[in-house]
Amino acid sequence: MKRLALAAALAVALVAPFAAYPVFVMTALCFAIFACAFNLLVGYVGLLSFGHAAYFGFASYVTAYALKQWGVTPEVGIVLGTGAGTLLGLVFGALAIRRQGIYFAMITLALSQMLYFYALQVKWTGGEDGIQAVPRGALFGVLDLGSDLTMYYVVLAIFLFCLAVVYRAIHSPFGQVLKAIRENEPRAVSLGYDVDRYKLLAFVLSAALAGLGGSTKALVTHIASLTDIQWQMSGEVVLMTLVGGLGTVAGPVAGAFVIVTMQNYLATLGEWVMVIQGAIFVVVVLAFRRGIAGEIIAVWKLRRARRIELEAEEAILPPVPPR
Amino acid sequence: MFDLIGIPPQALFGQLLLGLINGAFYAMLSLGLAVIFGLLNVINFTHGAQYMLGAFGAWALLSYAGLGYWWALIVTPFAVGAVGMVLERLFLRRLYNIDHLYGLLLTFGIATILEGVFRQRFGSSGLPYPIPDSLSGGHNLGFMFLPNYRAWVVVASLGVCLGTWFLIERTRLGSYLRAATENPKLVQAFGINVPRMILLTYGFGVGLAGLAGVMAAPIYQVSPLMGSNLIVVVFAVVVIGGMGSILGSILTGFGLGIVEGFTKVFYPEASNTVIFVIMAIVLLIKPAGLFGQTR
Amino acid sequence: MNAKTLKLLAVAALGFGLTFAPQAARAQISGNVVKLGVLTDQSGLYADNTGPGSVRAAKMAVDDFGGRVLGKPIEVLSADHQNQADVGAGIARRWIDEEGVDTIVDVPTSSVALAVQGITREKNRVFLMSGPATSDLTGKACSPLGIHWTYDTYALAHGTGGALVKQGGDTWFFLTADYAFGLALERDTAEAVKAAGGKVLGAVRHPLNTSDFSSFLLQAQASKAKVIGLANAGGDSINSIKQAAEFGIVAGGQKLAGLLVQLSDVHAVGLKTAQGLTVTSAYYWDMNDGTRAFAKRFMAFPESKGIPPSFVHAGVYTEVMHYLKAIQAAGTDEATAVVKKMREIPINDFMVKNGSIRIDGRVMRDMYLLQVKSPDESKYPFDYFKILATIPRDEAFRPMKDGGCPLVK
Repeated sequence: MKRLALAAALAVALVAPFAAYPVFVMTALCFAIFACAFNLLVGYVGLLSFGHAAYFGFASYVTAYALKQWGVTPEVGIVLGTGAGTLLGLVFGALAIRRQGIYFAMITLALSQMLYFYALQVKWTGGEDGIQAVPRGALFGVLDLGSDLTMYYVVLAIFLFCLAVVYRAIHSPFGQVLKAIRENEPRAVSLGYDVDRYKLLAFVLSAALAGLGGSTKALVTHIASLTDIQWQMSGEVVLMTLVGGLGTVAGPVAGAFVIVTMQNYLATLGEWVMVIQGAIFVVVVLAFRRGIAGEIIAVWKLRRARRIELEAEEAILPPVPPR
Repeated sequence: MFDLIGIPPQALFGQLLLGLINGAFYAMLSLGLAVIFGLLNVINFTHGAQYMLGAFGAWALLSYAGLGYWWALIVTPFAVGAVGMVLERLFLRRLYNIDHLYGLLLTFGIATILEGVFRQRFGSSGLPYPIPDSLSGGHNLGFMFLPNYRAWVVVASLGVCLGTWFLIERTRLGSYLRAATENPKLVQAFGINVPRMILLTYGFGVGLAGLAGVMAAPIYQVSPLMGSNLIVVVFAVVVIGGMGSILGSILTGFGLGIVEGFTKVFYPEASNTVIFVIMAIVLLIKPAGLFGQTR
Repeated sequence: MNAKTLKLLAVAALGFGLTFAPQAARAQISGNVVKLGVLTDQSGLYADNTGPGSVRAAKMAVDDFGGRVLGKPIEVLSADHQNQADVGAGIARRWIDEEGVDTIVDVPTSSVALAVQGITREKNRVFLMSGPATSDLTGKACSPLGIHWTYDTYALAHGTGGALVKQGGDTWFFLTADYAFGLALERDTAEAVKAAGGKVLGAVRHPLNTSDFSSFLLQAQASKAKVIGLANAGGDSINSIKQAAEFGIVAGGQKLAGLLVQLSDVHAVGLKTAQGLTVTSAYYWDMNDGTRAFAKRFMAFPESKGIPPSFVHAGVYTEVMHYLKAIQAAGTDEATAVVKKMREIPINDFMVKNGSIRIDGRVMRDMYLLQVKSPDESKYPFDYFKILATIPRDEAFRPMKDGGCPLVK
């Protein structure tokens, strides 16, 4: 059942650029990467970072600058951007890990805001203008990414790579320890795990993947701007993950697509989009905390449990003899 | 007159005054946040939007009812506080039993809704609100020009902050509040209606934000974005001062405003980030904040 | 020769004839509709000077032209770029790729205009710029299909800057909006001031859409410069001027130079505070009968909010008109052909006589030096400005060779 769903999703992904505007689908994929990265931290470790846009935005700036000013090839640009996001994650993470829960959220928010002001004022980011007309270049020097169609498949490949990394991280001994920390941190400490190191590692991994999403987005949209590093962007990724489903692999992807699609098609409504997003936030927090994927999984599990129950009943009870 | 370290006194004292005024707003807002967090253990992300509501309330009172600043100063905080209490009763109350982070997310969502509605209706640039005639003009003190309204803001906010501190730390009502923070079940067993106390406390904290909004309207312009610009700085103030510490919020708020003003004189480019840098340093040395206790 | 050959020859002759027939017979409109995309600031600090008014001005031009060109309908789309380059660039791209938009119109906010110019250059579309100011649009960022229609920072700088230095304001301090527009305006004005023999004492940069200018104004006051140059616009200018009055800056002897101040800004500030401000403009609603007639019609629409059109609005109207005339003359809406015709046909409307378009995209028109009247001098609603002087077009705009535009040989 699961395999069928995955195959169908892959098929849709492969033909998507012919059915919809490729730039739109690519943007959604970049945000899906961002959301998956965020979910790694909040869904599996239980740390709500409210400043994740810092890694997303900073990486996009670095990649844009590298491609425009240094003329590097796109894969080098992406590596540089992702590396920058990772380093930033290390620095901010080391500071933020010192507190937990709400304090952690507020500290990450404040740190990312500091980075926003830095980006606003320093010359190389272009301030309010941003870094415009970022060339896509030729991948590995051979594959020209100027065509939206070619770019799409490259972005899809990056996205699938990201999913693979997240999946692997969760279903590994490392992932198990993270789960243990989320469920009962003092217990994990008493079992001898260096909890802070695990949390920091998860933070850095999450920042790296968020950076990957940002780097790719700079290439897709040809621009790196302050929008990607503002705290409102951090709020958006929280929304995407919450709507999609915390702690599931497919959830953030679904959430990202829902939100990006909504923003795209309701753009004519102006600021009402902001109101709708806020309303969705409120509704999801109050009533649908499991998110889309979470609800689907819950329904599916319920039906499977009912089916097993029915089968068990039939096995235990003798058939009613005919009269 | 004399020049201090090569900086003309006009510039130095002028920026310090402006910093003190900024600090007054930081203090009032972080005070409200600290009060709410102290009792409800919820980070009220809507605080910025409620501050914005206060400013718009003052503007609306003037535009639609012709009632000026002094009316707004009295009426608007109650109105905004009432809106806050509706919020608490309908939404926040449902989330007390689960992870407190959901409270943060809910208030974030409500802040987004409020900002979006006002942006749709009023656009994203500011609406003008005049300085009340009784407070307009200024005095030339020789070493600087002091606008009357800005002096009033500093004095009034000091009064509000100290009044709130006194209320919570030195009165019986305040002692019930502090007791309910520590052990709500025990306090309820004594016959005190804790849910109602929570409701009123939230209303009070929100009312403080509304009051700050009214006071900000003549100087900072009435704009849907005014809350979101300020809220993150206020968070940093609360982290530095120590969550739940009333005195910590007041002192840190004013203090940071002055530091910001100082930075504008000597190194203007860093003025936006100096608060966050201080926050990072405090976190490294004393993670619970300057006046806070670890919970 | 037999009938078959004759028929063949006839068909061949017809074919040849049609191939070399005049252009008008082969009128080609892409997608069978001419689509104009008005991209502007609908809700932010520039919304009153551009925004819904620009959209209305474009629609007025289309209606006055007859609603159709070369037999095909004309459609006007609009969107809000929120003064953000990434939003504007995304909309422009999607309009061109998905919706078949032929021309992008207006685009105030220079950072967005620069981004859009890059896109229209790449995708071969006309860009009619009425809103943005930076002179870089006809300088190092020029495009063969980009027409900088109304004004630019060089004209504002040399008009207002030059005039104020002549009056004795020889030391300047700038209050600058920290993005492409403000920085270009500061740069051009500083050059103009120095060229006229003045000195620049310093500058302070503020974020776009700032509401509290007090700390920046204090720095300006401390510099003791004779003139404080406001290198900002829209809501930023309004707040700077009002707060300068609050802090007694003008009373203290320093002059304010509103480098880009328009009628709606003066309306928001009030004549009492704004009187005496000298501004440079391409248009004033009360200039001549043509401008008065246009203003009267414009004010009948709700988008005007009862205020006369700004020069951006008037610019959008006249540029769309000229563009449609050029399509008519060119017989196609293909970008290069239309722009060629736009250059060939002299521009004649209520804003300019015999205006022309340079190779770098700069429209040559006379500019006007205006001064805000005092409350006593103002006799009827919106009687805000008096015309001090006309600045001839060759003086107003930067010489082509100095711009650094790659199209200029």
